[in-house]
Amino acid sequence: MYSASDLRKNLKIQIVIVEFTFSKPGKGQSLYRCKLKNMINGNQFERTFRSVDTFEPANLQEKKMQYLYEEDSQYCFMDTETYEQVYLTDDQVGDAKNYMSDNLDVEILFFGEKPLGITLPNFVDLTVTKAEPWAKGDSVTGRTKPVEVETAYVLQVPPFVEEGEKIRIDTRTGEYLTRVKE
Amino acid sequence: MEENWNLARKRNSLYIRAAMIQAIREFFIDKDYLEVETPSRIPGPAPECHIDAIPSDGWYLHTSPELCMKRLLAAGYPRIFQITRCFRGEERGSLHIPEFTLLEWYTSGADYFRMMEECEELIVHVALSLGHEGKIHYRGKEIDIRTPWERISVKDAFMRYSTVTMEKALKDDCFDEIMIREIEPRFADTNRLVFLYDYPVAMGALARVKKTDPEVAERFELYMGGLELANAFSELTDPAEQRARFEEELKNRRASGRVVYPMPEKFLSELINMPESSGIALGVDRLAMIFTDSASIDDVVAFTPEEL
Repeated sequence: MYSASDLRKNLKIQIVIVEFTFSKPGKGQSLYRCKLKNMINGNQFERTFRSVDTFEPANLQEKKMQYLYEEDSQYCFMDTETYEQVYLTDDQVGDAKNYMSDNLDVEILFFGEKPLGITLPNFVDLTVTKAEPWAKGDSVTGRTKPVEVETAYVLQVPPFVEEGEKIRIDTRTGEYLTRVKE
Repeated sequence: MEENWNLARKRNSLYIRAAMIQAIREFFIDKDYLEVETPSRIPGPAPECHIDAIPSDGWYLHTSPELCMKRLLAAGYPRIFQITRCFRGEERGSLHIPEFTLLEWYTSGADYFRMMEECEELIVHVALSLGHEGKIHYRGKEIDIRTPWERISVKDAFMRYSTVTMEKALKDDCFDEIMIREIEPRFADTNRLVFLYDYPVAMGALARVKKTDPEVAERFELYMGGLELANAFSELTDPAEQRARFEEELKNRRASGRVVYPMPEKFLSELINMPESSGIALGVDRLAMIFTDSASIDDVVAFTPEEL
Protein backbone atom coordinates (compact mmCIF):
# COMPACT_ATOMS: atom_id res chain seq x y z
CA MET A 1 0.00 0.00 0.00
CA TYR A 2 1.19 3.54 -0.77
CA SER A 3 0.31 6.70 1.14
CA ALA A 4 0.08 10.11 -0.50
CA SER A 5 3.60 11.03 0.62
CA ASP A 6 4.93 8.19 -1.58
CA LEU A 7 3.43 9.74 -4.72
CA ARG A 8 5.89 10.63 -7.44
CA LYS A 9 6.04 10.79 -11.22
CA ASN A 10 5.69 7.42 -12.98
CA LEU A 11 4.37 5.62 -9.91
CA LYS A 12 1.85 3.04 -11.10
CA ILE A 13 -1.38 2.68 -9.12
CA GLN A 14 -3.88 1.26 -11.66
CA ILE A 15 -3.28 4.68 -13.10
CA VAL A 16 0.06 6.23 -13.86
CA ILE A 17 1.07 9.63 -12.48
CA VAL A 18 1.97 11.83 -15.43
CA GLU A 19 2.56 15.07 -13.56
CA PHE A 20 2.98 15.66 -9.86
CA THR A 21 3.12 18.79 -7.68
CA PHE A 22 3.55 18.94 -3.90
CA SER A 23 1.66 21.90 -2.40
CA LYS A 24 1.23 23.14 1.14
CA PRO A 25 -0.65 26.39 1.59
CA GLY A 26 0.72 28.25 4.66
CA LYS A 27 -0.23 26.45 7.90
CA GLY A 28 -2.44 24.19 5.77
CA GLN A 29 -2.18 20.52 4.99
CA SER A 30 0.07 18.79 2.48
CA LEU A 31 -1.68 18.38 -0.85
CA TYR A 32 -0.53 16.29 -3.77
CA ARG A 33 -1.80 17.56 -7.11
CA CYS A 34 -1.59 14.90 -9.77
CA LYS A 35 -2.24 14.61 -13.45
CA LEU A 36 -3.18 10.97 -13.91
CA LYS A 37 -3.57 8.63 -16.82
CA ASN A 38 -5.64 5.50 -16.88
CA MET A 39 -3.10 2.98 -18.16
CA ILE A 40 -5.69 0.81 -19.90
CA ASN A 41 -7.68 3.38 -21.90
CA GLY A 42 -5.23 6.30 -21.86
CA ASN A 43 -7.74 8.83 -20.46
CA GLN A 44 -6.14 11.68 -18.53
CA PHE A 45 -7.60 13.47 -15.52
CA GLU A 46 -6.52 15.62 -12.56
CA ARG A 47 -6.91 14.99 -8.85
CA THR A 48 -5.66 16.42 -5.58
CA PHE A 49 -4.88 14.02 -2.74
CA ARG A 50 -4.34 14.59 0.99
CA SER A 51 -1.66 12.89 3.07
CA VAL A 52 -4.25 10.58 4.67
CA ASP A 53 -5.17 9.07 1.28
CA THR A 54 -3.78 5.61 0.49
CA PHE A 55 -3.34 3.66 -2.74
CA GLU A 56 -2.94 0.06 -3.81
CA PRO A 57 0.02 -0.55 -6.11
CA ALA A 58 -0.93 -1.51 -9.65
CA ASN A 59 -1.49 -5.22 -10.13
CA LEU A 60 0.74 -5.35 -13.19
CA GLN A 61 3.79 -7.28 -14.28
CA GLU A 62 7.07 -5.78 -15.42
CA LYS A 63 9.29 -7.65 -17.86
CA LYS A 64 12.89 -6.89 -18.82
CA MET A 65 13.05 -6.16 -22.56
CA GLN A 66 15.36 -4.51 -25.05
CA TYR A 67 14.49 -1.51 -27.18
CA LEU A 68 14.96 -2.33 -30.88
CA TYR A 69 13.68 0.44 -33.14
CA GLU A 70 10.96 2.99 -33.87
CA GLU A 71 8.88 2.96 -37.03
CA ASP A 72 5.83 5.15 -37.77
CA SER A 73 5.64 6.16 -34.08
CA GLN A 74 5.49 2.52 -32.99
CA TYR A 75 8.26 1.52 -30.61
CA CYS A 76 9.42 -2.08 -30.76
CA PHE A 77 10.80 -3.99 -27.75
CA MET A 78 12.07 -7.57 -27.55
CA ASP A 79 12.29 -10.19 -24.81
CA THR A 80 15.94 -11.28 -25.23
CA GLU A 81 15.19 -14.81 -23.98
CA THR A 82 12.06 -15.71 -25.96
CA TYR A 83 12.60 -13.21 -28.84
CA GLU A 84 8.96 -12.20 -28.39
CA GLN A 85 8.37 -8.63 -29.66
CA VAL A 86 5.85 -6.04 -28.45
CA TYR A 87 5.00 -2.51 -29.57
CA LEU A 88 4.20 0.67 -27.64
CA THR A 89 2.64 3.81 -29.10
CA ASP A 90 4.20 7.25 -29.04
CA ASP A 91 1.77 8.22 -26.31
CA GLN A 92 2.60 5.19 -24.13
CA VAL A 93 6.33 5.83 -24.43
CA GLY A 94 5.99 9.54 -23.65
CA ASP A 95 9.14 11.44 -22.61
CA ALA A 96 11.05 8.15 -22.30
CA LYS A 97 11.83 8.34 -26.01
CA ASN A 98 14.30 11.16 -25.27
CA TYR A 99 16.56 8.62 -23.57
CA MET A 100 16.07 5.47 -25.65
CA SER A 101 19.04 4.44 -27.78
CA ASP A 102 18.97 1.14 -29.68
CA ASN A 103 19.44 -2.01 -27.55
CA LEU A 104 18.72 -0.17 -24.27
CA ASP A 105 17.49 -2.53 -21.53
CA VAL A 106 14.17 -1.31 -20.10
CA GLU A 107 11.24 -2.67 -18.09
CA ILE A 108 8.00 -3.03 -20.03
CA LEU A 109 4.80 -2.95 -18.03
CA PHE A 110 2.08 -5.48 -18.84
CA PHE A 111 -1.57 -5.81 -17.93
CA GLY A 112 -2.04 -9.49 -18.78
CA GLU A 113 -0.72 -9.80 -22.34
CA LYS A 114 -1.13 -6.11 -23.12
CA PRO A 115 1.98 -3.87 -22.95
CA LEU A 116 1.11 -0.53 -21.33
CA GLY A 117 4.17 1.45 -20.48
CA ILE A 118 7.88 1.64 -19.91
CA THR A 119 10.25 2.14 -16.98
CA LEU A 120 13.73 3.37 -17.86
CA PRO A 121 16.95 2.84 -15.94
CA ASN A 122 17.72 5.93 -13.81
CA PHE A 123 20.82 6.72 -15.89
CA VAL A 124 21.52 6.34 -19.59
CA ASP A 125 24.63 7.09 -21.63
CA LEU A 126 24.03 8.84 -24.95
CA THR A 127 26.34 10.17 -27.65
CA VAL A 128 26.41 13.90 -28.38
CA THR A 129 25.57 14.40 -32.06
CA LYS A 130 25.44 18.19 -32.27
CA ALA A 131 27.42 20.68 -30.20
CA GLU A 132 29.00 24.07 -30.72
CA PRO A 133 32.78 23.76 -30.37
CA TRP A 134 34.25 24.80 -27.03
CA ALA A 135 35.57 28.34 -27.16
CA LYS A 136 38.73 27.88 -25.11
CA GLY A 137 38.50 31.26 -23.43
CA ASP A 138 35.11 30.31 -22.06
CA SER A 139 36.20 28.57 -18.90
CA VAL A 140 33.80 30.32 -16.53
CA THR A 141 32.59 27.67 -14.10
CA GLY A 142 28.87 27.03 -14.25
CA ARG A 143 28.24 28.27 -17.77
CA THR A 144 26.15 26.00 -20.03
CA LYS A 145 25.49 25.35 -23.71
CA PRO A 146 22.81 23.29 -25.46
CA VAL A 147 23.75 20.04 -27.23
CA GLU A 148 21.75 17.43 -29.09
CA VAL A 149 22.18 13.71 -28.39
CA GLU A 150 21.57 10.72 -30.65
CA THR A 151 17.85 10.56 -29.74
CA ALA A 152 17.41 14.20 -30.93
CA TYR A 153 16.90 15.28 -27.31
CA VAL A 154 18.39 18.70 -26.52
CA LEU A 155 19.79 19.52 -23.08
CA GLN A 156 22.12 21.94 -21.29
CA VAL A 157 25.67 20.75 -20.56
CA PRO A 158 28.99 22.31 -19.48
CA PRO A 159 30.82 24.14 -22.32
CA PHE A 160 33.66 21.57 -22.53
CA VAL A 161 31.38 18.76 -23.80
CA GLU A 162 32.16 18.09 -27.46
CA GLU A 163 30.50 16.38 -30.38
CA GLY A 164 31.03 12.61 -30.43
CA GLU A 165 31.47 12.33 -26.65
CA LYS A 166 29.24 10.14 -24.53
CA ILE A 167 27.39 11.77 -21.63
CA ARG A 168 25.40 10.33 -18.74
CA ILE A 169 21.87 11.67 -18.28
CA ASP A 170 19.53 11.24 -15.30
CA THR A 171 16.27 10.02 -16.90
CA ARG A 172 14.21 11.24 -13.92
CA THR A 173 15.21 14.87 -14.35
CA GLY A 174 16.48 14.88 -17.94
CA GLU A 175 19.67 16.57 -16.73
CA TYR A 176 23.33 16.09 -17.60
CA LEU A 177 25.43 14.36 -14.95
CA THR A 178 28.92 13.73 -16.33
CA ARG A 179 30.96 12.73 -19.36
CA VAL A 180 31.53 8.99 -19.84
CA LYS A 181 34.94 7.74 -20.92
CA GLU A 182 34.78 4.59 -23.03
CA MET B 1 37.28 13.13 -12.20
CA GLU B 2 35.19 15.89 -13.77
CA GLU B 3 33.98 18.71 -11.49
CA ASN B 4 30.54 18.23 -9.91
CA TRP B 5 28.43 19.84 -12.59
CA ASN B 6 25.34 20.16 -10.48
CA LEU B 7 27.27 22.29 -7.99
CA ALA B 8 29.22 24.22 -10.61
CA ARG B 9 26.12 25.36 -12.48
CA LYS B 10 24.66 26.90 -9.29
CA ARG B 11 27.57 29.29 -8.96
CA ASN B 12 25.74 32.43 -9.98
CA SER B 13 22.72 31.64 -7.79
CA LEU B 14 24.84 30.91 -4.74
CA TYR B 15 26.63 34.27 -5.13
CA ILE B 16 23.31 36.13 -5.38
CA ARG B 17 21.95 34.21 -2.42
CA ALA B 18 24.92 35.21 -0.26
CA ALA B 19 24.61 38.88 -1.26
CA MET B 20 20.90 38.75 -0.51
CA ILE B 21 21.46 37.40 3.01
CA GLN B 22 24.10 40.10 3.55
CA ALA B 23 21.55 42.75 2.53
CA ILE B 24 18.94 41.29 4.88
CA ARG B 25 21.39 41.51 7.81
CA GLU B 26 22.28 45.10 6.90
CA PHE B 27 18.62 46.08 6.88
CA PHE B 28 17.95 44.78 10.38
CA ILE B 29 21.19 45.97 11.93
CA ASP B 30 20.52 49.47 10.49
CA LYS B 31 17.12 49.42 12.14
CA ASP B 32 18.50 48.50 15.56
CA TYR B 33 17.37 44.91 15.58
CA LEU B 34 19.40 42.44 17.62
CA GLU B 35 20.49 39.33 15.77
CA VAL B 36 19.84 36.28 17.95
CA GLU B 37 20.54 32.57 17.76
CA THR B 38 18.25 30.01 19.38
CA PRO B 39 18.70 26.22 19.58
CA SER B 40 17.81 24.05 16.59
CA ARG B 41 17.10 21.11 18.86
CA ILE B 42 14.16 21.66 21.22
CA PRO B 43 11.86 19.51 23.41
CA GLY B 44 8.94 20.11 21.05
CA PRO B 45 7.77 22.51 18.34
CA ALA B 46 4.81 24.87 18.73
CA PRO B 47 1.89 22.44 18.38
CA GLU B 48 0.35 22.98 14.96
CA CYS B 49 -1.83 20.45 13.22
CA HIS B 50 -0.12 20.31 9.84
CA ILE B 51 3.54 20.91 10.66
CA ASP B 52 5.62 17.80 11.43
CA ALA B 53 8.92 18.02 13.30
CA ILE B 54 11.83 15.66 12.69
CA PRO B 55 12.76 13.70 15.88
CA SER B 56 16.26 14.15 17.27
CA ASP B 57 17.44 11.97 20.15
CA GLY B 58 14.21 12.24 22.14
CA TRP B 59 13.66 15.91 21.25
CA TYR B 60 12.89 17.52 17.89
CA LEU B 61 14.61 19.75 15.36
CA HIS B 62 12.82 23.09 15.42
CA THR B 63 10.26 23.77 12.68
CA SER B 64 10.72 27.51 13.31
CA PRO B 65 12.46 29.49 16.06
CA GLU B 66 9.13 30.99 17.15
CA LEU B 67 8.86 29.72 20.75
CA CYS B 68 12.40 30.70 21.77
CA MET B 69 12.22 34.08 20.04
CA LYS B 70 9.00 34.91 21.84
CA ARG B 71 10.61 34.00 25.16
CA LEU B 72 13.32 36.54 24.29
CA LEU B 73 10.63 39.14 23.52
CA ALA B 74 9.00 38.39 26.87
CA ALA B 75 12.36 38.86 28.59
CA GLY B 76 12.73 42.40 27.27
CA TYR B 77 14.37 42.12 23.86
CA PRO B 78 11.93 44.24 21.84
CA ARG B 79 13.41 44.00 18.32
CA ILE B 80 15.05 40.74 17.32
CA PHE B 81 15.80 38.84 14.13
CA GLN B 82 17.27 35.46 13.25
CA ILE B 83 18.33 33.69 10.07
CA THR B 84 18.30 29.99 10.80
CA ARG B 85 17.92 26.50 9.39
CA CYS B 86 14.57 24.90 10.14
CA PHE B 87 13.39 21.35 9.56
CA ARG B 88 10.01 19.96 8.57
CA GLY B 89 9.25 16.33 7.86
CA GLU B 90 7.45 15.05 4.77
CA GLU B 91 7.79 18.32 2.84
CA ARG B 92 9.47 17.95 -0.53
CA GLY B 93 8.64 19.56 -3.85
CA SER B 94 9.84 22.35 -6.09
CA LEU B 95 9.01 24.86 -3.30
CA HIS B 96 9.77 22.64 -0.31
CA ILE B 97 12.87 21.04 1.11
CA PRO B 98 12.97 19.40 4.56
CA GLU B 99 15.94 21.52 5.71
CA PHE B 100 15.40 25.16 4.75
CA THR B 101 16.35 28.66 5.87
CA LEU B 102 13.93 30.95 7.66
CA LEU B 103 14.30 34.63 8.45
CA GLU B 104 12.19 35.40 11.47
CA TRP B 105 11.80 38.80 13.09
CA TYR B 106 9.71 40.35 15.85
CA THR B 107 8.84 43.94 16.68
CA SER B 108 7.13 44.87 19.91
CA GLY B 109 4.53 47.60 19.77
CA ALA B 110 3.61 46.69 16.18
CA ASP B 111 0.60 44.92 14.70
CA TYR B 112 0.35 42.94 11.46
CA PHE B 113 -0.47 45.99 9.32
CA ARG B 114 2.70 47.70 10.53
CA MET B 115 4.51 44.44 9.76
CA MET B 116 3.27 44.58 6.15
CA GLU B 117 4.98 47.95 5.77
CA GLU B 118 8.21 46.66 7.25
CA CYS B 119 8.06 43.72 4.85
CA GLU B 120 7.78 46.17 1.96
CA GLU B 121 10.78 48.13 3.23
CA LEU B 122 12.88 44.98 3.60
CA ILE B 123 12.22 43.56 0.13
CA VAL B 124 12.72 46.95 -1.53
CA HIS B 125 16.02 47.36 0.35
CA VAL B 126 17.24 43.89 -0.64
CA ALA B 127 16.17 44.42 -4.26
CA LEU B 128 18.05 47.73 -4.43
CA SER B 129 21.18 46.18 -2.94
CA LEU B 130 21.05 43.54 -5.68
CA GLY B 131 20.58 46.17 -8.37
CA HIS B 132 16.81 45.96 -8.95
CA GLU B 133 14.93 49.22 -8.91
CA GLY B 134 11.13 49.15 -9.11
CA LYS B 135 10.87 45.74 -10.70
CA ILE B 136 12.27 42.22 -10.69
CA HIS B 137 12.21 39.73 -13.56
CA TYR B 138 10.86 36.39 -12.45
CA ARG B 139 9.80 33.47 -14.62
CA GLY B 140 9.19 35.59 -17.69
CA LYS B 141 7.27 38.26 -15.81
CA GLU B 142 8.16 41.67 -14.47
CA ILE B 143 7.18 41.91 -10.83
CA ASP B 144 6.36 45.49 -9.91
CA ILE B 145 7.80 46.02 -6.42
CA ARG B 146 6.77 49.64 -5.99
CA THR B 147 4.92 50.10 -2.69
CA PRO B 148 2.27 49.93 -1.36
CA TRP B 149 1.58 46.37 -2.43
CA GLU B 150 -1.88 44.86 -2.81
CA ARG B 151 -3.76 43.93 0.32
CA ILE B 152 -6.75 41.60 0.18
CA SER B 153 -8.54 39.72 2.96
CA VAL B 154 -9.01 35.96 2.70
CA LYS B 155 -12.79 36.47 2.68
CA ASP B 156 -12.57 38.92 -0.22
CA ALA B 157 -10.17 36.67 -2.11
CA PHE B 158 -12.70 33.83 -1.92
CA MET B 159 -15.46 36.22 -3.08
CA ARG B 160 -13.38 37.50 -5.96
CA TYR B 161 -11.58 34.40 -7.20
CA SER B 162 -13.40 31.30 -5.98
CA THR B 163 -16.72 29.64 -6.77
CA VAL B 164 -17.51 29.35 -3.04
CA THR B 165 -17.31 31.64 -0.02
CA MET B 166 -14.68 31.20 2.70
CA GLU B 167 -17.39 30.07 5.14
CA LYS B 168 -18.63 27.40 2.72
CA ALA B 169 -15.11 26.19 1.98
CA LEU B 170 -14.48 25.79 5.73
CA LYS B 171 -17.79 23.98 6.25
CA ASP B 172 -17.13 21.61 3.32
CA ASP B 173 -13.52 21.03 4.47
CA CYS B 174 -11.98 22.16 1.18
CA PHE B 175 -10.31 25.46 2.20
CA ASP B 176 -6.76 24.31 1.35
CA GLU B 177 -7.81 22.74 -1.96
CA ILE B 178 -9.59 25.93 -3.08
CA MET B 179 -6.60 27.95 -1.97
CA ILE B 180 -4.16 26.05 -4.18
CA ARG B 181 -6.49 25.45 -7.12
CA GLU B 182 -8.39 28.72 -7.42
CA ILE B 183 -6.79 31.48 -5.36
CA GLU B 184 -3.01 31.07 -5.35
CA PRO B 185 -2.86 30.74 -9.18
CA ARG B 186 -4.40 34.22 -9.42
CA PHE B 187 -1.53 35.61 -7.34
CA ALA B 188 0.88 33.94 -9.76
CA ASP B 189 -0.85 35.70 -12.67
CA THR B 190 -0.49 39.21 -11.30
CA ASN B 191 2.75 41.20 -11.50
CA ARG B 192 2.02 42.72 -8.08
CA LEU B 193 2.97 41.50 -4.62
CA VAL B 194 -0.03 40.55 -2.53
CA PHE B 195 -0.68 40.48 1.20
CA LEU B 196 -3.46 37.99 1.89
CA TYR B 197 -4.76 38.72 5.40
CA ASP B 198 -7.31 37.78 8.09
CA TYR B 199 -7.30 34.00 8.10
CA PRO B 200 -9.89 31.81 9.88
CA VAL B 201 -8.97 31.60 13.57
CA ALA B 202 -8.29 27.84 13.34
CA MET B 203 -5.49 28.60 10.84
CA GLY B 204 -3.47 30.89 13.05
CA ALA B 205 -2.80 29.05 16.29
CA LEU B 206 -0.41 31.72 17.55
CA ALA B 207 -2.18 34.79 16.14
CA ARG B 208 -4.41 37.27 17.95
CA VAL B 209 -8.15 37.20 17.13
CA LYS B 210 -9.34 40.33 15.35
CA LYS B 211 -11.41 42.51 17.69
CA THR B 212 -13.85 43.60 14.98
CA ASP B 213 -14.33 40.10 13.56
CA PRO B 214 -13.92 37.19 16.00
CA GLU B 215 -14.03 34.64 13.15
CA VAL B 216 -10.62 35.65 11.89
CA ALA B 217 -7.09 35.92 13.27
CA GLU B 218 -4.69 38.78 12.54
CA ARG B 219 -2.45 36.81 10.22
CA PHE B 220 -1.13 37.52 6.73
CA GLU B 221 0.78 35.73 4.02
CA LEU B 222 2.90 37.54 1.46
CA TYR B 223 2.79 36.29 -2.14
CA MET B 224 5.43 37.29 -4.68
CA GLY B 225 5.48 35.90 -8.21
CA GLY B 226 3.02 33.24 -7.06
CA LEU B 227 5.34 32.06 -4.28
CA GLU B 228 4.09 32.17 -0.73
CA LEU B 229 6.99 33.99 0.83
CA ALA B 230 6.18 34.96 4.40
CA ASN B 231 3.70 34.39 7.20
CA ALA B 232 3.02 36.98 9.92
CA PHE B 233 0.83 37.51 12.97
CA SER B 234 -0.20 40.10 15.42
CA GLU B 235 1.03 37.82 18.16
CA LEU B 236 -1.33 36.21 20.63
CA THR B 237 -0.17 37.27 24.12
CA ASP B 238 -2.92 35.78 26.29
CA PRO B 239 -1.51 32.60 27.93
CA ALA B 240 -4.91 31.03 28.67
CA GLU B 241 -6.14 31.48 25.14
CA GLN B 242 -2.81 30.29 23.74
CA ARG B 243 -3.03 27.11 25.81
CA ALA B 244 -6.58 26.46 24.57
CA ARG B 245 -5.49 26.96 20.95
CA PHE B 246 -2.55 24.57 21.38
CA GLU B 247 -4.89 22.01 22.99
CA GLU B 248 -7.14 22.26 19.94
CA GLU B 249 -4.17 21.69 17.59
CA LEU B 250 -2.96 18.73 19.66
CA LYS B 251 -6.47 17.26 19.68
CA ASN B 252 -6.52 17.45 15.88
CA ARG B 253 -3.08 15.86 15.66
CA ARG B 254 -4.17 13.02 17.94
CA ALA B 255 -7.36 12.50 15.90
CA SER B 256 -5.44 12.23 12.64
CA GLY B 257 -2.90 9.79 14.12
CA ARG B 258 0.05 12.18 14.09
CA VAL B 259 2.72 12.61 16.77
CA VAL B 260 1.36 14.60 19.73
CA TYR B 261 3.97 17.11 20.90
CA PRO B 262 4.51 18.13 24.53
CA MET B 263 2.75 21.32 25.64
CA PRO B 264 5.41 24.11 25.62
CA GLU B 265 4.96 24.94 29.33
CA LYS B 266 7.98 27.26 29.73
CA PHE B 267 6.84 29.32 26.76
CA LEU B 268 3.28 29.50 28.12
CA SER B 269 4.41 30.56 31.59
CA GLU B 270 6.57 33.39 30.19
CA LEU B 271 4.02 34.55 27.58
CA ILE B 272 2.32 36.75 30.18
CA ASN B 273 5.36 39.07 30.00
CA MET B 274 5.35 39.34 26.22
CA PRO B 275 4.41 42.82 24.98
CA GLU B 276 1.97 43.40 22.12
CA SER B 277 4.04 42.58 19.08
CA SER B 278 4.08 41.33 15.55
CA GLY B 279 6.30 38.60 14.17
CA ILE B 280 6.98 37.14 10.78
CA ALA B 281 8.76 34.17 9.17
CA LEU B 282 10.09 34.60 5.66
CA GLY B 283 11.39 31.77 3.46
CA VAL B 284 14.94 32.77 2.56
CA ASP B 285 15.29 30.02 -0.07
CA ARG B 286 12.13 31.16 -1.84
CA LEU B 287 13.27 34.79 -1.80
CA ALA B 288 16.53 33.57 -3.34
CA MET B 289 14.48 31.78 -6.03
CA ILE B 290 12.97 35.12 -6.98
CA PHE B 291 16.25 37.05 -7.07
CA THR B 292 17.94 34.28 -9.09
CA ASP B 293 14.90 33.68 -11.36
CA SER B 294 14.84 29.99 -10.38
CA ALA B 295 11.93 27.60 -10.89
CA SER B 296 12.92 25.23 -8.10
CA ILE B 297 14.19 25.55 -4.55
CA ASP B 298 16.86 22.96 -5.56
CA ASP B 299 18.51 25.65 -7.69
CA VAL B 300 19.25 27.97 -4.75
CA VAL B 301 20.71 25.52 -2.22
CA ALA B 302 24.14 24.01 -2.75
CA PHE B 303 22.98 20.51 -1.78
CA THR B 304 19.57 18.86 -1.75
CA PRO B 305 19.06 15.77 0.45
CA GLU B 306 18.96 13.64 -2.71
CA GLU B 307 22.48 14.82 -3.65
CA LEU B 308 24.11 13.87 -0.35
